[in-house]
Amino acid sequence: MRGSLKELDYSILQQCMRCGMCLPACPTYDATKRERHSPRGRISLMRSVADGELKITGEFVAEMSYCLGCLACQTACPAGVDYSNLLETARSDIQAHGPRATLVARFWRAVTMRGLFMRPRLLRFAGRCLGLYQQLGLQTAFRKLGLTKLLPAHLKKLEPQAPTMARRFSNQLIAAVESPLQGKRYRVALLTGCVQDLAFSAINRDTADVLLANGCEVYTPPIQPCCGSLHAHNGEAEAARTLARRMIDLFPPSEFDAIISNAGGCGNHLRHYGQLLAQDPTYITRAKLWDTKLKDIHEWLIQIGCRAPRAGMTPLTVTYHDSCHLTHGQKVTSQPRELLRLIPGIKLVELPEANWCCGSAGIYNVTQPEQSELLLNRKIDHILRTGAEVLATSNPGCHLQIARGLQAAGSNVQMLQPVTLLARAYKSEQSAGR
Amino acid sequence: MPLTESHFQELRRLVGNENVLTAREDIIPYEFDGTAALKHRAEVVILPANTQEVSSCVKFASAHKIPVVTRGSGTGLSGGSVPSEGCLVLCLTRMDKIISVDAANLTLRAQCGVITANVDAAANAHGLFYPPDPGSMKISTIGGNVAENSGGLRGLKYGVTRDYVMGLEVVMPDGQIARLGNACVKDVAGYSMKDLFIGSEGTLGIITEVLLKLLPKPAARRTMLASYDRMEDAANTVSAIIAARIIPCTLEFLDRTTIGCVEDYAKIGLPRDCEALLLMETDGHPSAVEDEAAKMLEIARAHGARDVRVASNDAEALKLASARRSAFSALARVRPTTILEDVTVPRDQLATMVGFIAQVAKKHNLLVGTFGHMGDGNLHPTFLTDERNADEMHRVHLALEEIVDKTLDLGGTITGEHGIGLAKKQWLKRQLGEASYGLMRQIKHSLDPHNLLNPGKIFD
Repeated sequence: MRGSLKELDYSILQQCMRCGMCLPACPTYDATKRERHSPRGRISLMRSVADGELKITGEFVAEMSYCLGCLACQTACPAGVDYSNLLETARSDIQAHGPRATLVARFWRAVTMRGLFMRPRLLRFAGRCLGLYQQLGLQTAFRKLGLTKLLPAHLKKLEPQAPTMARRFSNQLIAAVESPLQGKRYRVALLTGCVQDLAFSAINRDTADVLLANGCEVYTPPIQPCCGSLHAHNGEAEAARTLARRMIDLFPPSEFDAIISNAGGCGNHLRHYGQLLAQDPTYITRAKLWDTKLKDIHEWLIQIGCRAPRAGMTPLTVTYHDSCHLTHGQKVTSQPRELLRLIPGIKLVELPEANWCCGSAGIYNVTQPEQSELLLNRKIDHILRTGAEVLATSNPGCHLQIARGLQAAGSNVQMLQPVTLLARAYKSEQSAGR
Repeated sequence: MPLTESHFQELRRLVGNENVLTAREDIIPYEFDGTAALKHRAEVVILPANTQEVSSCVKFASAHKIPVVTRGSGTGLSGGSVPSEGCLVLCLTRMDKIISVDAANLTLRAQCGVITANVDAAANAHGLFYPPDPGSMKISTIGGNVAENSGGLRGLKYGVTRDYVMGLEVVMPDGQIARLGNACVKDVAGYSMKDLFIGSEGTLGIITEVLLKLLPKPAARRTMLASYDRMEDAANTVSAIIAARIIPCTLEFLDRTTIGCVEDYAKIGLPRDCEALLLMETDGHPSAVEDEAAKMLEIARAHGARDVRVASNDAEALKLASARRSAFSALARVRPTTILEDVTVPRDQLATMVGFIAQVAKKHNLLVGTFGHMGDGNLHPTFLTDERNADEMHRVHLALEEIVDKTLDLGGTITGEHGIGLAKKQWLKRQLGEASYGLMRQIKHSLDPHNLLNPGKIFD
């Protein structure tokens, strides 16, 4: 339930006993040393709103927006505070009862949240247009001519950060049903995502390949709705619920051994449909079953005993960055590392502060560019110091952000995902066997 | 007298605009510390950068008779840094520099806002060791530790914060800066003034810099965990270890309720079905550690331990100690409000006291989780309750009264390491008696005649 802070079960707010254990884990507190920029401080503001002592002021809105939502505080919290629920409720409250945003901001919000990200075909069409704009050299031309300056403020900020669109999307790379050549053990559904589908469709292909190599029949409907994570994180609770219902309708959880997500941020939202649809008597049973079936790809592979590739690659030093919602949200921390260690030839070196946010955090790099940049630089520093040739991670947001940082630093460290490395290792078995 | 815009202007001139917080959204998060059910809003929160700025702010406050409450990270457990009526809060977290580590004299000099764990890390880089390790060491500040005279898990062998403070820099209630103590092991030049300020809870002066004693890092360490079906068996194990002339650095216990909560958080495979867990650690010369650990294991088994697990490496040992450190916060999982006590009795009375707490909780129909430092008699009975349930809160207060009376009967103290602050001042006179209590007030009055530093804490 994502209503308002006043309607929220008060004990969720009281769960915070203000011990301060979250402070050292919080990137914004670390940057400013101000209590309001800490999880404990933000919860005290939310509690003041719930108590009627504080209205939803502009400063309150600014604070909820300054939070990365990285959930590092949830890992640090011994008291088990459900910060994710609190933050989403606060943001939903802001949408419903906060100061009204400008007409332009509301327009773009409606276009993206209620338009594009509710309509998968339209989103792909927009992605195709963006792809053409990029591939035909229009982007470079527009920039040179200064035409990008004519874009509305919102798009102007987004334009340089827009990911490069893939030439072919997931539905052109993966058939609706693909079966392993031999030894089918499981039937799984593969969620192709939104950004993942448009910018990283090859990673979806790799995910399917790795699943096939491990005896999973893979079911991948060509048109899939957005999971609603973007909506929930930005206070659009009703839209998030609508999308959750569409997902459950498209992937009846009883028909699969597992429903696979390969994007850390989406996965964390996807495995809480039960909470989101708690008030929906028609869906609640299926939503709860869905939550038990939803698996992160790394988690699932380790759970079913991932087969070690027989061939690997020429010696390669790899380091791994934990995406926040995979490690703090889904608690999937050891599995990606275990998978990397399975691959012959890979030497895994630990990244210092591997689970510290890279500053991508959904649309944070657009809404809070300064803080985002500081976090990115810190991440890049650590990566360069490991001496690794490859940085592996498993969330499209982190992937884009860190790739941008590496490029800006003039580094030739490659960005790859663990499933891609694994898929390549399985492929090299065939050439090694020839 | 409420503060006005002209006061704020003056303060901004002293420390810079961005370091004077007056907006509600900025100061609401400074209404509390780690103590349950206590809060009050400050008039203004100031973040000074150095001792000079602290001194200027205190001079300003003194001239305008404005109360001053000092805080670090706000992790205190007796309400010591909760704002007083009409006060300005000095938050010293920006003063976070380690000034020097002197490996020849085994000392470390740091600003008050340095995080406790960073003190130990800096010592560690020189092969040295800062023993006091309060539960909140990852975020508590060293200045706060000194002001509260914090304890920790190693009290039995290594003592508490006071035992490691060699010198202090203190801003006095009139704004003067005094340096107390020095790097000499021996120093009898007049009264030991630094000792007056250690544990003074921000009521006598503001600690801005500390000079700490360090020790060589123990070459070896062994951590063990024993589980018991009866709490008395754990207590008897502790008595037997000490009777065998062994002083381990850590002897910590958790009761069944606490074990469940800690395991829910840390997921390190603690047994949920036992009545008591005893976390034991010995450190020192490798052969001595080997010998002591073997004896401790034998004693634990002889006193009814049903299982004893030895940490196989440093990482596992650290996990066990961290799990114990999370006990208080982890207990908050059970009920909305977590009221933590800190009563301490002479070690030989510990089993009696643990039994008494369980009886009192039963009598008043309350849920209590108890954990603490079995080696030094410092207990943390924690009431798991709901501040919005008036009837239950009343029963909690009745239970606390009985626990305090029993503690004092057994020759104990109402607080071993959390301080008096707001939470325990109602019982202080009962413990101290008229003469001793009067002496304390007299000292407070002579140093801070206008009662401007942390008013309402320790005394009314």
